[in-house]
Formats: sequence, structure tokens, C-alpha cells
Amino acid sequence: MIDKEVRNISSTRLFIQNFSRKKLGVACLIIVSTIYLIGIFAPILAPYDYSETNLLKTQAGPDFENLLGTDRLGRDILSRVIWGIQTTVIVTITGLLTGSLILGLFLGLLAGFYKGIFDFIVMRIGELVSSFPDILLIILLAATLRPRITNLFYQIEDNLNISGLISSGIIDYLVIGIALLPLSWFGTMRLIRAQVFSIRDIEYVQSARTSGASTFRIITKHILPNVISPLIVTATFGLGAVALSEVILSFFGLGVQPPRPSLGAMLSDVSGRGGASVSVLTNHPEQLLSPIIVIWIMIFCWNIIGDALTDILNPKKN
Amino acid sequence: MLKYIFRRIIWMPVLLLFVSLIVFILGIYGPGDPIEVQLGNNYDEANAERIREKMGLNDPVLVQWIRYIGNAVKGDFGESYVFKNRDVSELLIPKLIVSAKLNLISFFIAISIGIPLGFYAAINYGSSKDPFVVILSLFFYAMPVFFTAPLLILVFALQLDLVPAAGWGGVFDKRIILPALTVGIPGAAVFVRLIRSSMIEVLDSDYVKLARAKGVGEIKVLWKHAFRNAMLPVVTIMGFSLAGLFGGSLIVEILYGIPGVGRISLDSVYSRDYPVIMAIVLLGSSALVIANLIIDFVYTLVDPRIEMQ
Repeated sequence: MIDKEVRNISSTRLFIQNFSRKKLGVACLIIVSTIYLIGIFAPILAPYDYSETNLLKTQAGPDFENLLGTDRLGRDILSRVIWGIQTTVIVTITGLLTGSLILGLFLGLLAGFYKGIFDFIVMRIGELVSSFPDILLIILLAATLRPRITNLFYQIEDNLNISGLISSGIIDYLVIGIALLPLSWFGTMRLIRAQVFSIRDIEYVQSARTSGASTFRIITKHILPNVISPLIVTATFGLGAVALSEVILSFFGLGVQPPRPSLGAMLSDVSGRGGASVSVLTNHPEQLLSPIIVIWIMIFCWNIIGDALTDILNPKKN
Repeated sequence: MLKYIFRRIIWMPVLLLFVSLIVFILGIYGPGDPIEVQLGNNYDEANAERIREKMGLNDPVLVQWIRYIGNAVKGDFGESYVFKNRDVSELLIPKLIVSAKLNLISFFIAISIGIPLGFYAAINYGSSKDPFVVILSLFFYAMPVFFTAPLLILVFALQLDLVPAAGWGGVFDKRIILPALTVGIPGAAVFVRLIRSSMIEVLDSDYVKLARAKGVGEIKVLWKHAFRNAMLPVVTIMGFSLAGLFGGSLIVEILYGIPGVGRISLDSVYSRDYPVIMAIVLLGSSALVIANLIIDFVYTLVDPRIEMQ
């Protein structure tokens, strides 16, 4: 009876059950999801456009018209935070897809499965990339790539006779995406690779191989399900790092360009130099605190979720 | 073992060569013309061409790179494009010392807060004190420096008037306190989490259970059996913290107006001063690679179970 029940619970359900027991983790997951939803539905939720200025009402405190006040150009801070969250959402999701999933997972599976020369080359490239001082590499890449990518897009627009590509802000996202790529893939790749190493010679994989399963089938059916959980954990921790890097890039003016909003760009608006942000903190705290608190909550929650996931998925403790 | 170390030592310069090649290529294909920067308003084509020829900028990329490496090995990193007639090494060394001092003080703050708190959390594992410490440390870990810096300045410099708000005067100057705290507090949170999880694992191990079972006193169990073993993984992170010693804490240096590596690396990225960027990246990478090697080496010395391969 008990035996049957245990068998009937799928691993996904077991996972959800275990996770729901982590109250703080669940709370944080709800908070992060809410923030993401706010970002996704920014066009509907934001009361004003992010670039709409009201020069008659600059640096105003919170009131019913502007719930979080206005910045020095009279732009609604609440709207800019909401649109800034959208930037974070776009950057983290593209970062997750390209860095962790496509490059990290793909290369990790292949390197782990085929070993040999392919593994050797991927590992050496990874070591090379990770021996750079990371934040400096990101800044350098962003600064170097932007003019090239901008030129490329001007050419594309001219040749295809279309417009709106550049004003959509796609260049910013592309620059940030490429600059952050070296940061995220190697950790995931190494983890997946190690995981594949540990299961590729286990009996069930071998028996699948001897019974004639194709390599593609072995990887997708037998190996992939086993590497999903470590992938989720690293991805969760990675999201925080990606979001923070975008904030830093935009803070230094190398990420999202004005007037497009980003939490980092909002910070750089008010704290270009140390002294300025102190006076902002005393005179117009909402201008500094609004983006700060969102970043703070996100980083905090991602770490809590990551910890909860590690607790559940770490096979040592189960 | 010897073979492994030998291989690693051989691999190291190769890695650094590739690092320099990548930065070099970024510099060549990146935007901006160093000559234009150097000449400023006095730019004219003939003059620029003459300087380019003199500096060897018309040679093929590989030739330029090999020449650079040849000089760099001798300790000559060339001249800055922006600061005229200043050697890169002459420019960088004072900044390196500033950043190293700041990071060292921050590191001591981080370990002297982080290790005891992590230890405290671990021995209270299971009680409500442990999650409290964990959440508190995460709270500070997630606190953006963009907030920590102005908050500390506001409270300690402006309200309480204990320390000056910004600037730099070396290790024994009061002005180092706030930036060191700004870097050190999130650093402490990292050590709390690290020591905690490592201690919990060790306290659950068989040899600690055995020590307790045979009646060793609790204090002796904690210190002699558990703590020393729990420090092992912490050594790694300490190693990397020390490797980052000469890398500036970019944002903190800028927010507090500290003339360190972070400040100059950002300035040189903005002004496309590639000789300076190149030297900073090479130094940073060397420190990381060497630290990695030493950590591995120390690990095998401390823990004979780990075999190098």
C-alpha cells in the first residue's frame, strides 16, 4: 500500500511537495514571479511612458499623480521602475537562454558524452574565459562591441529599408547579452559535464547503448533528465548575477542607453559620483530607493530560492 | 603529482598569451583611434600617419602582438595613449597599491565578521538562530553597494561626523573605514554561508560523531575536530579573494573617489587607453591563474585524500 503510493508520486510532484515545505523559498518565488509579471506587463501597468517628461514638475515627492514622485526631468519614477524591470526581465531571460541553456547545457552534454578532443577544447576555452577578471571583461566587451553592432544595425536598416529596429533598443540587449555571455556558460557547462561523466557509464545507459539506441536518444532520454536539477540550481543563482551585471553596465553607461529605462541607468542618473547620491538620499530618497529596493529584493529572493533548491536537489542530503 | 604541477605551470603562460591576444584583438578592432585621442585638436592626417608608423601601428596585428609580448616579458607594458609620455607600469603601480590596501582591510573585515557568525550559525543548526543568521547575512549580501555607500556616508560622515565622506589617505587614515566596510560587509556574508555549510557537513561526519561518542569535550570537538576541517573549502574562497586583491572594487572606488585600479580601468575603457587596459587585464589574469595553482597545491598538502590528476 505504502509502496504503491511512493511509486505513484512522480519526481516532479515530489519536488514540488518538497519545495512547498520551504516557506521562505515559496514566498520569494511568489515575489520574484510578481516582479517578473510586472516587467512583462509594463506597457499595461505603467501609468506613464518611460520617456514622458513633465518639466513643470521635476524632483517632486510622491503624490497621487506620481506615486513614487518624479525625477529631475519630471519623469514618473514608478513608470521608469516598471519599465526598468522589463529590461531586467529581458536581459535575464536572454542570458538564461543563451548562456545557461544553449551554450552551457549543449556544450556540457556533448563534452561529457564524447570526452576526448572536443571536451579538451571546450574546457580550455572555458579556462581561458574564466581567467579574465570578469567585471572588467564585461565592461571591455560592452564598450568595444557597441559601435560595431550599432553600425551593423544601421547597415541592416539601410539595406532592407526598414526602420524601428534601432529605436526598439535591440542593440542594447544584444550588447549586454554578448558581453555577459562569458560570465554564465562555463559554470553550467562544467557542472553538466561532470554530471554526464558520472552517469554515462552506469548500467542503464550502457544497456540502452547495447540495445541499439541512437546517441541522440541516449542523450535526450537517459542523460538529460538527470542533469536538469543541477541546471535549475545554477540557473537560479546565475540569474541574480546576470541582473546585477546589467545594472552595473547600465550604471556605467555601457548597457541600456537613455532614454530607455533600466534600474542601473536610474541609479547612474542620481549617483554619477558618490557625493551626489548622498544628497539625493537625503533630499529625494525615493529617486534612489525605488530602483535599489527592487534590485535588493530580487538578489535576495534569487539567493533564497537557490538555497532552497540546493537543499532539495542536493542528493547528499536526501 | 610532479607531472601534474609541471603541466599546469606550462599551461599557465599559454593561457596568459591567449588572454593578451584577445585583449589585443579587441583593442585593434575596437572603436576609436589612439592617435586621434593623443593628438586631440592638433590632429592632421600626415602627422597621424607619421606617429602611426613610428609606433608600429601599421604592422600586421600578429607582429604588433609579438612585439608587445616581447616587451611585456621584460616588464615594459608600453606607454599610455592618454597620459602622454607615462609608462603604463609607472602609472599603474601606485593604483595597484591603493586597491590592494583597500581590499586587504576589507578582507580582514569580511573574515573577522564572517567566520565567527558562520560558526555560530552552524553550531545552532536546527534552532531558530541559524536561519536568522542566514537570512541576515543574505540581506546584507544582496544590499546593493549603490545604497550601502551613500547610506554609510550619510550616517557616519554627515550625521555623526565621525569620518570624512570620501577620499583616500592610506591604511591608517580614517577615510578607509567606510569603503572597507562597503566591500567587507557583503564579503562577510559570503564567508558566513561558506563556513556554515562546511561546518554543518563536518559536524555531521562520522569522525565528529565518534569523537563525541568517545566523550571528547564539546569545545574540543568543535575546535579541534570540526572547525579545522571545515576551513578547508574556505581556503579556496580566501585564495580567490586574495587573487582579486589587486583588482579594484570598481563601483566602490568610484563612489568614494578612491584612486585605485577600478577607477583607472574604467577611465581607460572610456578613453580607449588600450595599453593600460591590457596591462590591467594581464595582471588580473595572472593573479587569478597563479592563485588557482596555489589553491590546488595547498589543497593537496592539507588534504592528502585529494589526488591531483
